[in-house]
Amino acid sequence: MNLSVSLILIFAIPAGAAAVLALVPGYRLSSRINMFASLMTLAAGVSLFFIPAHTDNYLLLDDLNIVFIVLNSFVGFTTSVFSASYITHELDTGRLTPAYLRFYHAMYQVMMFGMNLALIANNIGLMWVAIELATLATILMVGIYRTHEALEAAWKYFILGSVGIGFALFGTILVYMAAQPVVGEGLPAMVWSVLVARAGDFDPALLNIAFIFLLLGYGTKVGLAPLHAWLPDAHAEGPTPISAVLSGLLLNVALYAVLRFKMLLAANTGALAPGPLMMAMGLLSLIFAAFMLYRRRDIKRMFAYSSIEHMGIIVFAFGFGGPLANFAGLLQMTMHSLAKSAIFFAVGHIAQAKGTQRIAEIRGLTASHPVLGWALVLGVVAIAGMPPLGVFMSEFLVVSSTFARESWLAIPLVFGLLVAFGALMLRLNGLAFGEAAGSTAKVKASYLPMFGHLALVLAAGVYLPPALVLWFQHVAGMLG
Amino acid sequence: MPDLGFDIAHMLAGSLVLVSLMMLYQDRLPALINVFAVHAMLLAGSVAWQAYVQDEPQLYITSAIALGFKGVMIPMALRRIIFRLGIHREIEPVVSTGLTMLAGMALVALAMVVMLRATPEATPLAREDLAFALSVLLLGLLMMVSRRNAVGQVVGFMSLENGLILAATGARGMPLVVEISVAFSILIAFIVIGIFLFRIRERFDTVDVQVLDQFRGERP
Repeated sequence: MNLSVSLILIFAIPAGAAAVLALVPGYRLSSRINMFASLMTLAAGVSLFFIPAHTDNYLLLDDLNIVFIVLNSFVGFTTSVFSASYITHELDTGRLTPAYLRFYHAMYQVMMFGMNLALIANNIGLMWVAIELATLATILMVGIYRTHEALEAAWKYFILGSVGIGFALFGTILVYMAAQPVVGEGLPAMVWSVLVARAGDFDPALLNIAFIFLLLGYGTKVGLAPLHAWLPDAHAEGPTPISAVLSGLLLNVALYAVLRFKMLLAANTGALAPGPLMMAMGLLSLIFAAFMLYRRRDIKRMFAYSSIEHMGIIVFAFGFGGPLANFAGLLQMTMHSLAKSAIFFAVGHIAQAKGTQRIAEIRGLTASHPVLGWALVLGVVAIAGMPPLGVFMSEFLVVSSTFARESWLAIPLVFGLLVAFGALMLRLNGLAFGEAAGSTAKVKASYLPMFGHLALVLAAGVYLPPALVLWFQHVAGMLG
Repeated sequence: MPDLGFDIAHMLAGSLVLVSLMMLYQDRLPALINVFAVHAMLLAGSVAWQAYVQDEPQLYITSAIALGFKGVMIPMALRRIIFRLGIHREIEPVVSTGLTMLAGMALVALAMVVMLRATPEATPLAREDLAFALSVLLLGLLMMVSRRNAVGQVVGFMSLENGLILAATGARGMPLVVEISVAFSILIAFIVIGIFLFRIRERFDTVDVQVLDQFRGERP
């Protein structure tokens, strides 16, 4: 078999699966199809490692996007496994009906289709369409419970998301305008690999404005601080598998788009340096979210703010640039995706077992549900950045590379990290330890996805395979 | 040398900005929807003129979509929704007409300053189209934040999209992929909105976003 077919397969499988799932009535069958399709997508994603780099007018495969695609497909697959056990409980309690589940599964694959297409697109117009599609699918899923809160969250997400989408498209058009005099009219002026090769000749002023719009537009999706308002609501009110993929994946895809345009700007010597802008937004997100963590009463909302905090760190690291900081940013992104989705898997089952998402009503989890409780402890310890877990290592790298070059910038960074650490530990203490409160009913949970993720995070903290290190170093070099 | 092609394109794009400003102070929903229909029709005219000037026949499709879908079908659907919901007589408290208009004028000035400065090398037509497009986009944004009513916000969003299409067609030779996708995304976006409006009505019997705000997740 010609392996380069897998370039197409990574988005063709989800698209086909979405069509099939829209027609299959039974939810047991469709959750299996969902898992199977996600597994096949993962297989296609992994097979990308074995084919040579590829560039044409629509698709692009280089060392940078393989990392994103494999991470995306992997978390997509584990979430589909978690989702299968999660929705069974939602059906039993009557929060969802079989008809909605059919819609839910189809939308899940539409979202995977959009994200994978965005990651492999070489055409900036195509990338925009794909991110837009993934966003629309998640908006529909956030509103699926049809409660007041869910509808409000979906509406807010829709309004803020559309403004972001509009800004991103305007930025895309401006990039085309900048490229058109140099590259010529038509398709090539929207092809990223062509743009980056000839970006040196573009009009810097136009590129600057384009980047501002793109950063604001896609930055809304990343959840950067002044534009983050949709994120906590969408995480808290949607089904938990969707919270996991929002935090673990969709934010990364938007970040990927920002990184591609950052590389474009870096190739033009006359344009403004994108780094300081990204660093400022990253630090603002980190410190703002760290303080917001203290006042949260809803458990999913709290972890949503923790996602804002981590995206802040990651954007800061990429904005800081240089081989070490980029390496740290990539590692932090991978670790955050794995750890945060594991936390959401645990939180989903906990909320089902306790029948509430309110932090005040969840206590003593390690006594009432030992396995879930300890999974949550492990996850929160990981996300807070305690050694020897992977997040500690990446955060340590971010801080040390900052300290080496711009030591005064390390002060707000470490301050934000410590504030967030304190908040998470404070809440974890109440959630996991002490007298058990609320229902102690057993819950049928799928432990494999969350412990799989946590094991990977632990393994990365103890030992990073040299092949992975080399790969990341190479990608870090590409990012400049 | 007088250039008719330029003048007409300029006039159409400029009227789009004017109609955007007009939308800002419409306090009754039916009137707002009518003005939006005019906005969409002007866009259709502007796109069709671009198709003719640039000799890009596929742009006529974009123009037809703007005319048929956004100029006729959506206003009709919206009117039906507001009549069915019984909110067509309500006067919507816009922030304050004078203040909104001042903010709108400031945004137009900002758009002109930013775009005309940044694009000295582009053709005059492309520059001015881009400046007008940014004005329409920012005015749409202003409308979205100054309206409390969900229908008003949707109309604001659609006028923002109109600005984007104006920008996309003003950029010479921009691949069709984008235009079709823009049309598609509006279509999809509208389906989403439709679903949301109906659900909102079903659950709250109101489309006032301020009522929605009472259901904020973060309660003590």
